[in-house]
Amino acid sequence: MKIIVCIKQVPDTKNVRLDPATNTLKREGVESMVNPFDLYAMETALRLKDQFGGTVTALTMGPPQAESALREMVEYGVDETALLSDRAFAGADTWATSYTLAKGVKKLGGFDLIVCGKQAVDGDTAQVGPGLAEQLDIPYVCFVRRLIEVDHQTRRMVVERLMDDGSEVVEIPLPALITVVKEINEPRVPSLRGKMKAKKIAVPVYGLQDLAADPDRVGLAGSPTQVVQVFAPQPRGTRVRLDGRPEEQAERLIEALKKDKVLTIGAE
Amino acid sequence: MDYFLTEDQLMIQDLARQIAEEKVLPVRAELDEKEEFPRDLMKHFAEADLFRLNIPEAYDGMGLGGFEHALAVEQVSRVCCGVACTYAASGLGAYPLLLFGSEDQKKKYLPQIADGKLGAFALTESTAGSDAGGIQTRAVLEGDEYVLNGTKQWITNAGEADIYSVIALTDPSRGPRGASFFIVEKGDPGFSFGKREKKMGIRCSATGELIFNNCRLPSDRLLSKEGLGFIIAMRTFDKSRPGVGAQAVGLAQGALEAAVDYARTRVQFGHPIISFQAIQHMLADMAASVEAARALVYAVARFIDSGAKEVSKVSAMAKVFPSDVAMKVTTDAVQIFGGSGYMRDYPVEKMMRDAKILQIYEGTNQIQRNVIGQELHKEFGRRSRKK
Amino acid sequence: MSLLIDSDLCTGCGACVEACPFGAVEIIGETAQANEKCNLCGACVEACPVEAISIDKKEAKADDGYQGVWVFAEQRRGRLAGVSFELLGEGRRLADKLGVSLSAVLFGHRVREEAGRLFAYGADRVYLADDPSLDAFTDDLYGGLLTALIRERRPEIVLCGATSLGRSFFPKAANALNTGLTADCTGLDIREADRLLLQTRPAFGGNIMATILCPNRRPQMATVRPKVMRPGPCREGRTGELVEVEPSRPGLVPKTRFIEFIEDLSEKVHLAEADIIVAGGRGLGSAKGFDLLRELAELLGGALGASRGAVDAEWISYAHQVGQTGKTVSPKLYIACGISGAVQHLVGMQSADVIVAVNNDPGAPIFDVADYGLVGDLYEIIPAVINQLQR
Repeated sequence: MKIIVCIKQVPDTKNVRLDPATNTLKREGVESMVNPFDLYAMETALRLKDQFGGTVTALTMGPPQAESALREMVEYGVDETALLSDRAFAGADTWATSYTLAKGVKKLGGFDLIVCGKQAVDGDTAQVGPGLAEQLDIPYVCFVRRLIEVDHQTRRMVVERLMDDGSEVVEIPLPALITVVKEINEPRVPSLRGKMKAKKIAVPVYGLQDLAADPDRVGLAGSPTQVVQVFAPQPRGTRVRLDGRPEEQAERLIEALKKDKVLTIGAE
Repeated sequence: MDYFLTEDQLMIQDLARQIAEEKVLPVRAELDEKEEFPRDLMKHFAEADLFRLNIPEAYDGMGLGGFEHALAVEQVSRVCCGVACTYAASGLGAYPLLLFGSEDQKKKYLPQIADGKLGAFALTESTAGSDAGGIQTRAVLEGDEYVLNGTKQWITNAGEADIYSVIALTDPSRGPRGASFFIVEKGDPGFSFGKREKKMGIRCSATGELIFNNCRLPSDRLLSKEGLGFIIAMRTFDKSRPGVGAQAVGLAQGALEAAVDYARTRVQFGHPIISFQAIQHMLADMAASVEAARALVYAVARFIDSGAKEVSKVSAMAKVFPSDVAMKVTTDAVQIFGGSGYMRDYPVEKMMRDAKILQIYEGTNQIQRNVIGQELHKEFGRRSRKK
Repeated sequence: MSLLIDSDLCTGCGACVEACPFGAVEIIGETAQANEKCNLCGACVEACPVEAISIDKKEAKADDGYQGVWVFAEQRRGRLAGVSFELLGEGRRLADKLGVSLSAVLFGHRVREEAGRLFAYGADRVYLADDPSLDAFTDDLYGGLLTALIRERRPEIVLCGATSLGRSFFPKAANALNTGLTADCTGLDIREADRLLLQTRPAFGGNIMATILCPNRRPQMATVRPKVMRPGPCREGRTGELVEVEPSRPGLVPKTRFIEFIEDLSEKVHLAEADIIVAGGRGLGSAKGFDLLRELAELLGGALGASRGAVDAEWISYAHQVGQTGKTVSPKLYIACGISGAVQHLVGMQSADVIVAVNNDPGAPIFDVADYGLVGDLYEIIPAVINQLQR
């Protein structure tokens, strides 16, 4: 099977804050990491490769430093990589990103399956997966928690996707795209031979020209949405401490919640 | 401190540390509590190629040495000594094959071990602890099969390993030249496992009896020649002792870090206790001894890897000194934690329980001192003859 | 669109550099220049004391003939989902501000009766596609049909709930229509000057709020976080225009096939719909802790949540996980027991109306966002709460 895994290098979000005084992003000491959901996508692809043979290619759109995220994929056993990078790609929203990734996928040639993580933890949109599928005109299923059946011969997959009220079993033909949630598997650990290969491998970089991409559809120019303001969220929490013995604490809490009208039982 | 590791050595150290922190740390307390063998963790170690380190490339290994192996063991031990012991004991079981195996034997077994099939080393019996010569397990040649009878005691990875290096008496009348090593596989007829021991520490490690009841082995399971048993054992220990030293260094390091962390946050008499000289001096002594132990283990491991011939004395030092350090450091760590240190909610009581075995197995520290003393005697004897 | 910096006016004072949240402006030589990190947020435009910076807006005839606010009315197995009413409430408010009509779009099978409720809650018009092919949700059909409908009818705004269903198929429609989509909005408003939809949503895991516009494409599409907006009043007997939608379209061929639905029977109330959530973390010490929390949750009519630590320890299933790699929830009341409050967890629940934290570590970060903090042993406090509630 030829499988493509789309990944994103994201800032370690727990450290990204807005300085309320100056309204600027505080970036000191913010490290980069591979988007957590993408590791599960990678593991999904690697397990399919273990089962059916084939190759797994990691694909990302990002600045030149995103190369390190691709090398990290190789440490885990991913075979090939591709970095889509160009100044023209910068400032892309999810659609410009989907378009660019679609061009990248076409550049890589045929594929059986594309696996993405459910969402990136910086953008939190979960839109690139479906957008990419739409650009490539292939079927997709989001939030896959289990692969039930993969039939390479008949070119179909049966998967279970996580919904709010339970899950649904759905069948799709290949080629297709799936986005996965954490529950689907436990990512493996990197290997020493993988790390050695990752150090040596050459990461191909494709720019606007290489992809024959339309400059009006990439980057900021290709983004129908734009950010007009960023601000720090209201600090929340009135931080009232309810002390005393457990019985007293319980009593005070129930009283307060009744007053706040969030308690639905016992309230008048 | 910089130990001037190469890029590859740093990579091994980083990977072992990553796996220890991501996979071992979350489960170490539970594995200890339940005395549960870390099967899944060993799978991760295998995935990471950590069983390939000191196996030659011709047999699917990475062709590195005992030093690299020690680096990995140290990082794992910093998080859990029991898991590290399981990992290191597999390496111990592989040494007789590595050092004395025939080409066919190496080709057959070493790739399996590199892939993650666990090994075990079987010497100890109820009559043979420090007195290794007291073994009674017999191996009798019948036709082209060896028949083994006897019981091994307190074997690490018993029941979990697939490949066992077992020493048995082939010729009792020849005394020290009467023992031989055999490769026994799980599933060999007449080979079974006895009770699993309940231990003070390293509780997740599987320790148990190996029972040979007319266990029949094809004759090609003999390692090298009959009669070389004790030589093989001695050479194995020469190589493996720094591994125990590494276990001790890692364990002590983990205890030291926990103690410093605690001392900085625990407030008594209005101050964090690390600001009291009594605590500071304890921590200072702990830190210095850990550093010294590490330096010794690293130096000796590198020396052995260089191909040196006479290594017994320093190899014994690389076991006895760090293991004594680990016992003291973990005990002091519990002391610094105070009452909390005694509670199972905190990690240091386990570390103290784990440390004790390092002074006992793979040659008690008393035996190690014998070895060092005897070597000193021999060395000085040689020198005086030269004058 | 691009950032224009007039180098004659620019004094190189650097106010723009300070103001930029993305580090996209630099002083090179003596004047300011924007680099590729610029996304035209306009912070520098406002900050420049000599008005040397402006944004070059291409003339766009975007809104030719696009009119009206639409909401996608989600239904699950024949019943309208709670978020549909929230969307109608918000949609009504926006439609009234714009002076346009509010329509609801309903797909399903045997859902005709639900159309009446949509009118009652504020819809002027309901586009109904009732067909066996739409009985089960598939991205192909729902996405394809919505796309076709939007092309035919040209609404200026289309909203959908940021539920699993909405977040799955809405992007397909928006992408096919080549228009912008903003995910998981927690605030919507109309900018008076140009009638554009202001879409506010959290980013970087909720550490930052961003307001987004889709100035040049139509419709402006957004998914809205459930349980944040208010449903409008229900006016029984209110009616409107019911438009029957032809479910089949040329080229609309379903490729995905729905096989079966596996209900989550473990819980009575699902996390996404819950007004009250009782959540447990590593501080519970064992899986048994969830038995206690379940008792409280059932008493309150709430759902059971968990931190990643508890899920990783296998004390409860992933479906209950709240946080960065789990679910985002917006209940009225969130009771966090034995949860330390790591940022990755807060991300999933800090928009709750009231947060109660129970933890025996007074330094736990959860207390920084809690409205009520109870320091103590949860195994004493929670039973006390249960006890008193039962009286």
